Amino acid sequence: MSDTIHIHPGSVGHDVAHDDHHHGHHEQSFVTKYIFSQDHKTIGKQFLVTGIIWAVIGGLFSVLFRLQLGFPNQTFPILETFFGHWAEGGQIKPEFYYALITMHGTVLVFFVLTAGLSGTFANLLIPLQVGARDMASPFLNMLSYWFFFLASVVMLASLFIQTGPAAGGWTVYPPLSALHQASEGSKLGMDLWIVSMALFVVSALLGGLNYITTILNMRTKGMSMTRLPLTIWALFFTAVLGVLSFPVLLSGLILLLFDRNLGTSFYLSDIVVNGEILPNEGGSSILFQHLFWFLGHPEVYIILLPAMGMVSEILSVNSRKPIFGYMAMLGSLFAIAILAFLVWAHHMFVTGLNPFLGSVFVLLTLLIAVPSAIKVFNWLTTLWRGNIRLFPSTLFAIGFVSLFISGGLTGIFLGNSTIDIHLHDTMFVVAHFHIVMGVASMFGMFAGIYHWFPKMFGRNLNFTLGYIHFWVTIVGAYLIFWPMHYEGFAGMPRRYLDKSVWKSFNNFGDLDAMITIVSIIVFAVQLMFLFNFFYSIFKGRKVTNNNPWGSTTLEWTTPINPGHGNWTGEIPEVHRWAYDYGKDGREFIPQTEPVGANESKH
Amino acid sequence: MQTFFIVAILLLGFLITFQIAKASEYVSVIRGEEKAKRQTNKVNAFIMLAFLILGLIGVYYCNESLKGKILGEAASNHGKHIDTMLDITIALTGVVFIITQVLLFWFGYKYQESDKRKAFYYPHNNKLEVIWTVIPAIALTVLVGFGIFYWFKITGDAPANAMEVEITGSQFKWEFRYPGKDKTFGKKYYKKTTGDNPLGQIWEDGANRDDIYATGEPMHLVVNKPVRLVINAKDVIHDVGLIHFRMKMDAVPGTPTTMWFTPTKTTKDMAKETGNPDFVFEISCDQMCGKGHTNMRGEIIVETQEEYDVWMAKKESQYDKLFNKKQPATTPAPDTTKQTTSVTMSKPNH
Repeated sequence: MSDTIHIHPGSVGHDVAHDDHHHGHHEQSFVTKYIFSQDHKTIGKQFLVTGIIWAVIGGLFSVLFRLQLGFPNQTFPILETFFGHWAEGGQIKPEFYYALITMHGTVLVFFVLTAGLSGTFANLLIPLQVGARDMASPFLNMLSYWFFFLASVVMLASLFIQTGPAAGGWTVYPPLSALHQASEGSKLGMDLWIVSMALFVVSALLGGLNYITTILNMRTKGMSMTRLPLTIWALFFTAVLGVLSFPVLLSGLILLLFDRNLGTSFYLSDIVVNGEILPNEGGSSILFQHLFWFLGHPEVYIILLPAMGMVSEILSVNSRKPIFGYMAMLGSLFAIAILAFLVWAHHMFVTGLNPFLGSVFVLLTLLIAVPSAIKVFNWLTTLWRGNIRLFPSTLFAIGFVSLFISGGLTGIFLGNSTIDIHLHDTMFVVAHFHIVMGVASMFGMFAGIYHWFPKMFGRNLNFTLGYIHFWVTIVGAYLIFWPMHYEGFAGMPRRYLDKSVWKSFNNFGDLDAMITIVSIIVFAVQLMFLFNFFYSIFKGRKVTNNNPWGSTTLEWTTPINPGHGNWTGEIPEVHRWAYDYGKDGREFIPQTEPVGANESKH
Repeated sequence: MQTFFIVAILLLGFLITFQIAKASEYVSVIRGEEKAKRQTNKVNAFIMLAFLILGLIGVYYCNESLKGKILGEAASNHGKHIDTMLDITIALTGVVFIITQVLLFWFGYKYQESDKRKAFYYPHNNKLEVIWTVIPAIALTVLVGFGIFYWFKITGDAPANAMEVEITGSQFKWEFRYPGKDKTFGKKYYKKTTGDNPLGQIWEDGANRDDIYATGEPMHLVVNKPVRLVINAKDVIHDVGLIHFRMKMDAVPGTPTTMWFTPTKTTKDMAKETGNPDFVFEISCDQMCGKGHTNMRGEIIVETQEEYDVWMAKKESQYDKLFNKKQPATTPAPDTTKQTTSVTMSKPNH
């Protein structure tokens, strides 16, 4: 591997010349190659592996609190062994239960599905698919990962302090999160949560600005914006959403930090907590919700768009057909990105929001269903009359579409404020967002991993395990979340750990036990996938073909194990869009092939 | 020990799966990869069809077994609108759900890779795009129309004859205040809160004299009489969830909120209807408020006007309880000392 290439986009000859120079600081030691690496591919893998570790932690948390939910009267002595006073007598204490769900949400939403998903694939794919040797600023890119790492360390540390981690839900609404007296989790754990998230925002911004700059400025010759694969477009909009909305979250969190520690009253007013009368007057805790959801809602699309992009790409490649309606796909991505900023208050229909304002947000929210419907029908038409290779990546992509439909349709219930009055903060919401945002994006991520694993590691994953992984996961996902909608219809509030005192919600006993058992099985299968993943990195069958899936895009024109700089010679020139599959009787035509004289137009 | 066995079995199962998976990889190499690939493709296409059929059966089965557990008919005027809206949405999304899922998995099965078929080069068709932009847009317009129509009905002003009850949430209980004969709530200021004056009522305000305070007992409402709830919180955000009435509103410290509805069934009606003699309307906290969130429960009794009047006649206002003790000698309160001091000390000042 020629790792000493100096990154100078656009001046390819110069790059090659650099190979022979003796630049001491360009020599790659173990540390600069694998730890403080500036190679976008390595950084992508670092995001992926860190994301995986978090996914295991966050997933394990969900299994633990599912134990409590499924078997509220049972004791599990092993819990006490691990968690000591948090699970005295083998039963999860309420404080600990809320800490678990808070951490599960935070970890999965931010660390796994933001950093682990878009961090991984934006880093891996943007330079490879636009035809660049690396990101616009490899150094900032490296910092982006290390800020994420620091955020991880702080968050992890908060799990081990005496009063426990933040426990006010992943949305950390004040005053609960602002008042030390209100909850154990609002003590030191909450400060650490804020610090960790601040570091995370820095990471997201450094990454996002880099992605945008790279996509706009470093495309190879001939790669016009409308020739970009949809993955890149999706990652581009993701980055724009992140850059515009994460700072708002940060500002909201800083005010929260002030309220917590400096006696300000941004979010606090008229509070008597545990008999103690606080001096704060004039603040509004609803302000925080506006600031939070101004990030929080785009965040949903920050998670979902990369999955959509990858699914578009994978469905097209594996049905050996062009993606149907490239421009419509692009337009709908754009529409979703715009609307993502205009719907945040649909999380706040029952906070006392002005009803007129509520009705505006109903309209804008349901408007999102239009571009979403366009995407679904275009995916369906892409499959129609294809010649579909059902690899694990394809299956996960199809699974994504299925889950996106299911979860998207329940969004129509919640986006309509009238119905939301009844379903707000019930298990219906839990079912809705887990399907559409959690599991669907996870499926997009799995599809991406199965598809680009050969590019990442030069080896193959075991497909048989992949098939088992897919079928168990999709069946499990529906078994877990489908019946939850009914709990929501019954009005069962979310975040209740024990329904025994309630007369209205305690008649679903068996159902919760079933859900818990299925979630344990699904979790075990994910561990099996991880075994496959790590085993295959070292022992998987080696990739022998440069372009194992017969893809048109640029990443498959690099060597099987591309070095830093990606292409050994010049960066290839692009002559066509990314989706010439099955055109003129040819199975696929790479983007690098000039348009022939007799070629039909599309 | 049990845990150990479960882990051991899981590990064993996993090892076996892994060995089989590994072996199948070797077998495919020996038998020719193309052939093996084709076979797994067929198997997966078949499972896809099976998943679709079993899945739809599962959806039906799930509905059959759980529909009895969800709530019956709504017990308020708004609740009925919300249920209608829910039915319309379920019908519409249900149709879309079935069509799209069937197409998705059917295409996955039908167009599985085959040597006989060539993929159809079909990059775009503007007419189709327009069709599936316009149809969802129309469907959504209908939903938005219905939705906003009901939304304004529900969130509009309460009728003039509505009774008012104030409900205040704090970790982890609900407190109620009824406005008394003058039908007006007296003013409050949170810094006036004491053990005897849990809501921080300002005693100088005459409207407070007849306000009735209650906690640890059900809220009383009158059937077919609109009620406007004034919702407060003392410490963190709570939420007044009234599932049988299908109503919900956050309780925000420092920012009072309101909601109104008309209960259409008494508790006794509901007991008869559900066949459950112990039926109660429950108030659930729907906004996470700390470790006791799960148990932050209140109750509502809906009764006829006569029953309500009888109950109300027995209530004494908080002011009278504190300052106008009718028979102080016969019924000494548990913390008499504190009460007497507060009477003697605070009454002249207030």
